[in-house]
Amino acid sequence: MSYSSLNKNTVKNKLKTIVKNPHLFVLVIVVLLSLLLFSVYPILNIFKTIFVGEQGLDLHAVQKLFDKPRIYQTVWNSLKLGVSSAVISTLIGFVFAYSVARTRMFGRKFFNFVAVFPVVSPPFVLALAMILLFGSSGLISREVFGMQSTDVYGFKSLLIIQAMSYSPIAYLNLKGVLESMDASLEDSAFNLGASRWKVFSTITFPLAIPGIFSSLLLVFIKSLEDFGNPMIIGGDFTTLATEAYMTITGRNDLRTGSLLAVSMLLPVLTAYLVQRFWVNKKSYTTVTGKASQGSTIIREKKVVVPLFIVCLLITGTVLLFYGTIIGGAFVRLWGIDYTLSLDHFRYVFDTGLGTVKDTLIIALIATPIMVLLGMVISFLTVRVKFPGRKLIEIGSMLLFAVPGTVVGIGYLLSFNKPPFAITGTAAIIILVLVFRYMSLGIEAGSNVLRQIDPSLEEASKSLNASGFTTFWRITFPLIRSALFSSAIYAFTRAMTSISAVIFLVSASWNLMTVAILSAVDFGKLGVAAAYCVILFVIIGLAFSGLNLLLKQNERSM
Amino acid sequence: MSSKHSATNTVKLKIEDVVKVFPSRNKKNDFYAVDHITLHFKHGELTTLLGPSGCGKTTTLRMLAGFEFPTSGKIIVDGEDITNQLPNKRDIGMVFQNYALFPHLSVFDNVSYGLKIKKVNKAELKERTENVLSLMNLEGLKDRSPSQLSGGQQQRVAIARAIITEPKILLFDEPLSNLDTKLRQYMRNEIRNLQRRLGITSIYVTHDQEEAMAISDQVVIMNEGKIQQIGSPQEIYLNPVNSFVADFIGDSDILKVSVNKADEKFIQLVIEETVFQVKNEIDYLFQKDDVVNCVMKPEFWSISDQGNFLVEIIQATFLGSHVEYIAQLGNQSFKFFDYHYYENGLKEIGSKIRLKLRNDLVKVLAYRTEDQKINKVN
Repeated sequence: MSYSSLNKNTVKNKLKTIVKNPHLFVLVIVVLLSLLLFSVYPILNIFKTIFVGEQGLDLHAVQKLFDKPRIYQTVWNSLKLGVSSAVISTLIGFVFAYSVARTRMFGRKFFNFVAVFPVVSPPFVLALAMILLFGSSGLISREVFGMQSTDVYGFKSLLIIQAMSYSPIAYLNLKGVLESMDASLEDSAFNLGASRWKVFSTITFPLAIPGIFSSLLLVFIKSLEDFGNPMIIGGDFTTLATEAYMTITGRNDLRTGSLLAVSMLLPVLTAYLVQRFWVNKKSYTTVTGKASQGSTIIREKKVVVPLFIVCLLITGTVLLFYGTIIGGAFVRLWGIDYTLSLDHFRYVFDTGLGTVKDTLIIALIATPIMVLLGMVISFLTVRVKFPGRKLIEIGSMLLFAVPGTVVGIGYLLSFNKPPFAITGTAAIIILVLVFRYMSLGIEAGSNVLRQIDPSLEEASKSLNASGFTTFWRITFPLIRSALFSSAIYAFTRAMTSISAVIFLVSASWNLMTVAILSAVDFGKLGVAAAYCVILFVIIGLAFSGLNLLLKQNERSM
Repeated sequence: MSSKHSATNTVKLKIEDVVKVFPSRNKKNDFYAVDHITLHFKHGELTTLLGPSGCGKTTTLRMLAGFEFPTSGKIIVDGEDITNQLPNKRDIGMVFQNYALFPHLSVFDNVSYGLKIKKVNKAELKERTENVLSLMNLEGLKDRSPSQLSGGQQQRVAIARAIITEPKILLFDEPLSNLDTKLRQYMRNEIRNLQRRLGITSIYVTHDQEEAMAISDQVVIMNEGKIQQIGSPQEIYLNPVNSFVADFIGDSDILKVSVNKADEKFIQLVIEETVFQVKNEIDYLFQKDDVVNCVMKPEFWSISDQGNFLVEIIQATFLGSHVEYIAQLGNQSFKFFDYHYYENGLKEIGSKIRLKLRNDLVKVLAYRTEDQKINKVN
């Protein structure tokens, strides 16, 4: 009883503090309302569309789904692809991570650089390169092997592409795991007489298992949600994400399409729960004390050389694929006429300049909003105590956690009639980008805010600085570089997003990613490649801008 | 090294003219972590490598374990050159600073790891592991995971794991630095007793001079990659060879004192008109009015009305077992302890008292010793 009264007291206290500060109170209300409207409402709306008919509860859509031909095949396809690409990506990621974290091999930094390429590039670039290399008029399939007809479309290609695209995710995850592993554990086993292989199999690998599981789950989710690659290279191999899109746009069946999209949530949620309650429990924390100096560095040739060869092969493949895109953009007609030309760029500037402009405008508007909102929310959740904080945390993560296809359908359903008739405008695209990717800003903001001791802010306030001055003079300079970085990542996401926005683009507001997809559809591979090159250039410029800013920032600190 | 110990004590491990350079990007700033050291370790003895952080003691230890390889020089165990051998072939046990217990294995599996690697058969493995566990008072804990153990228990598991394979040499890398003071004192005795009982040649790295004194047969004091002094705990405490050692060991004060007169055996010194005589252990004939550095330990002084030194108390700290004073003598000050405050009374700050000095213990450092190369080893 005393406990509950205590509990009530703190809630009351929290309410009091928040009401006492009217600016903060208004801010919290505004954030809460906008999250409800733009994150929660669209998702609820999908469920409403599926399960509520004219006379209340209506399971007609579910029944119709099971009657659908090939539905079991589609589900099976998605799961098969998810599991296979999780396994292969994690394997590749582990080899890379181990090589970078445990050896000083030649070209280590370069491998690290190339490995993160696919993270920032548009999601389906590799699929396009696959067609250019191995398609019916592919460079390797036809020119090198002289094959007349090849079927590049389908499961195998999709698996190769996803493995290349998602092994960086596994790599970054596992590199963190291996680098944070206490080096003295491996040293100790080595000291006790274990061979390198024994050290790996009895110490390193068992300790990395939680990390391996979490990257398996992460890649599984990514693969399941993937829309761009299956669209381009899946062929007859349908997945839940593509089938949902086809059902909605091709057969105009919103309810079944929604249900297909939502059914992706089940494995995603399962994977998330497994991660949360099983993998995290299995992870081993360092037992005591500070980690010892240095780390186990493997110098034996018999270990380093095979690792080097594997890294070289994979890095080489990634580079070949990206090179192919650039090649494809600059030759007259891939597969037939390999003379250099700027035809495709001319075509893009003649017919697609509007799209490039639209994309830039939307990304440039969305980015600052994303970062600002992310910062406000991270400030609220980290620094201010108020009732409903958890709600804001969950609401702000929601759209990032669910598949893009689900988000796109949710927005399509929710904002096409008054009072929110914004379908076809730039606003709906900006909103979906902001609420889907602001969690990037929130994460960066929270991390950096947690590192700043609140006493710094209190010190400033005790010197009679106002809240605003404190923020501008003390907090902002400290979080500036984290802010820039998250801005660039947010911008990159905005430029390369496809699965959600494809439901929301219109004739008046189109995006480059969607244009690339339709160019591939029409067989204009060169044009698609040209679009990709333009995207590369824009993203490359953004990142070099970031580097420049960060360097300046360092100097001024 | 002088043969203080009996001649039957054979040398187990030799470090011969070892250098370890950590190269920097521009060659100018190459870091000499270990700078031409030569050391001999006798069979069954415990040697501590003592020094401030960055002095090269840990790098030396890691070279003995095989985690680092010397830039030049040799490491020889039982006459065999192991300089470039991999750690898993050396048969040298190590207790890590953070214990490095395998978190995914039970206490039993941690301790028996080395035997399993050596493919010892199951029955023998079980027997030997249980023997070591009982030796370290760990029988009841064998099924626990390391995270369920206290700091002291983890420490014992780490030692058990290191000794089970009966290695030729045992290395300790600041093994007690993660324990609280009381447990640290208890564990250091336990380590010393165990080491004596097993008769295992051990090298122990620490930055704690008291710990080094308490457990060592031989202490090696290092600074900036160089050996400063090698000797028994008493030797390095009472006969520091330079001001670094004097400063590092104990609560020493180094006073500047002028020479009144000197011969080969004694030096007569004068400070603030008080004359006293000390032994001349330096091969150098001092002249009148030379200024020398005298190493004074707080316990050399005692309060006495017959004392020759008239000092002013400028700080007094009551510590229970004794009072720690800082006294002013002319323009220099030094620390001394009074263990008989219940007879002498607590002295007020500003009061003038007389002190007596055990001048036979006072050590005169060679003139500007810091610049001289100490080469006692050769």
